[in-house]
Amino acid sequence: MTLIRLITQTVFLALGQMWSNKIRTMLTTLGIVIAVIAVICTVAAMVGLKQFVLGELASIGANKVWIFPRMPPDQRDRFSFRQIRLTIEQVDGIAANSPSIQRLSPIMQINAPVQYEDRVRPFVSVQGIKPEWHEIEQRFVTFGRTFTANDDKERLQVCLINDKGVEEMGLDSDPTGDFILIEGRRFKIVGVVETRNVSPMLGGDESQTEIFIPFGTGMMLRDEPRLYIVAQTFTADQFEDARAEVRFYLRRVRNLTPDDPDTFGIESIEQARQQFGIIAGALTTAVGGLVGISLIVGGIGIMNIMLVSVSERTREIGLRKAVGARPEVILLQFLIEAVTLCMVGGAIGLGFSQAMVTAARFSGIELIKGAEIPAWAVILAVGFSAATGVIFGMFPAMKAARLDPIEALRHE
Amino acid sequence: MAKAKYNPDAPVIRIRDLHKVYRIGPEKVHALRGVSLDIMRNEFVAIMGSSGSGKSTLMNILGCLDQPSHGVYELNGRPTQKIGTGALARVRNEEIGFVFQSFELLPRETALKNVKLPLVYSRRHWLSAGRMAKEALRRVGLADRMGHKPNQLSGGQRQRVAIARALVNQPSLLLADEPTGNLDSKTSEEIIALFKILHAEGQTIIIVTHEEDIAGHAQRIVRLRDGSILSDHRTEVDPIHQDYLQRSLQIAQKMVSPSSPSSPSSADILATPAEATS
Repeated sequence: MTLIRLITQTVFLALGQMWSNKIRTMLTTLGIVIAVIAVICTVAAMVGLKQFVLGELASIGANKVWIFPRMPPDQRDRFSFRQIRLTIEQVDGIAANSPSIQRLSPIMQINAPVQYEDRVRPFVSVQGIKPEWHEIEQRFVTFGRTFTANDDKERLQVCLINDKGVEEMGLDSDPTGDFILIEGRRFKIVGVVETRNVSPMLGGDESQTEIFIPFGTGMMLRDEPRLYIVAQTFTADQFEDARAEVRFYLRRVRNLTPDDPDTFGIESIEQARQQFGIIAGALTTAVGGLVGISLIVGGIGIMNIMLVSVSERTREIGLRKAVGARPEVILLQFLIEAVTLCMVGGAIGLGFSQAMVTAARFSGIELIKGAEIPAWAVILAVGFSAATGVIFGMFPAMKAARLDPIEALRHE
Repeated sequence: MAKAKYNPDAPVIRIRDLHKVYRIGPEKVHALRGVSLDIMRNEFVAIMGSSGSGKSTLMNILGCLDQPSHGVYELNGRPTQKIGTGALARVRNEEIGFVFQSFELLPRETALKNVKLPLVYSRRHWLSAGRMAKEALRRVGLADRMGHKPNQLSGGQRQRVAIARALVNQPSLLLADEPTGNLDSKTSEEIIALFKILHAEGQTIIIVTHEEDIAGHAQRIVRLRDGSILSDHRTEVDPIHQDYLQRSLQIAQKMVSPSSPSSPSSADILATPAEATS
């Protein structure tokens, strides 16, 4: 009980002293304030950024996998494009040999001139897709119908167009049944696909015209087109299985020896997430180092002022000892004072940080508008401030505790 | 008011052959050279001596701020030499009340808070700290000044607060080091009168002073010189003090009425216990 009473009394004593030395307290705790602002704002910004990025990634789909041809970066001259391209047979082979993959769609993408009545757009993204694409991308139609297996098999001259395309080509709001020309061939519009805003972070800018045709039909437009696969595993954590299966299959059909590098790439959102996590972690560590330095600087400020305080209050320490304060109690009192000083700095820093985070939330900047201060960061900041107080308050407190009461009472 | 924790006839302080040697660089300084002293319960003792006589050293040892090099110091029958600093701090807290020349009040705290200070470090009484502090302030006549800070109080009032602080833990011994050294003569008389009241209430008091006037109010005067006891007499039979009184009386008579050299009323100016013998 004595201890609790002593601690509360000391805290109030310290607060009182800080209140009567406001400017000195402000200057002393500045280092701590800055350190706390730095750590809290970084953490809050990282939280906001993470929320944003993960939100973007989640919108793409956590169990999506891309398979695409890729030149081995260090052996560019060894393989020709023909050797590494995905063939129809390989696409079918992957579907047959990868049990983790629930569904997949090969995609052939070209840029082609598109015409509706007298309106021409020279470079429009035209993608040949299988019906599975709708499920994988979670993109369905607002008018008309989706693709069917029959469209693909019969290589029908039908197409889907997105809202943006409807607008850009000057079509009716319900354009199903109209015809457009793609590379001079007549395609019948059978449905309108929702426009998906691709985030700037993932390489899209604003929405653009997209036209989709059946994969089989698309294959007739080009010889040996460049293909890639978008696939979906049953669950998000099957990515590694799917990768192993696809890799095993593709290396075998491409006759790659164990020394040869992969001539294809397999990637997922999960990888992007992990990469983002690594970057975020590195950034946090770097900022942590900076914060550590500013805490040391702040702590030295605290130590300095505590030494001044011990020296100024030598007689008081002598008196306290004379009336029965044991050395460890004096030590505790000065430690508590240093800790209180640091915690006040921490609290001021938290206040400023909250203000800055609130400002960020209303700033309208996409990347940081999700910024918020997580509870653990508050605890961390307060904990580090307190630890700084203990570490840098220890030397002055020991000095106070060791004072001889007789000498101290004689001190001028 | 004094606590009767031990045999009331036993001395509060028992000192035998106390030595204190300071080392200042290679030199040894003998501050005390074999002091022996008993102080009984409810005694009012003045310790006198010029600077360098060892009176400060003796006071520091009596107050458990310092420990003797060798010799015995028993407070309430308990030896205090060779105990740790923590235990010594506890003895100071529970058994000794200090009054200093320069009051040593905490300037930012109220009188009440200042008086409570020893209780902060006490294991006892923490529930009744407020009541005890108020009681102590009442005893020194400052019941109406509890919320005042030291800079709102006069010198005499400040010293009263300091005395209340010394009394708050009901110590066996009130130890005052030049308690009137920073006060004018009128205020000094008030403080001495307060000591006398406390003494009448049963408090054991030791005053360290170099003023004969102040020492004259005590029952007993212990004089130190060169680290040894020069004399230890009851005030009324202390030859140095009686000599001082005689000379003071003559000077006073000359000042009050130079024409009539023996005015009996002038002796009243020096209201001392010595009146009984004169």
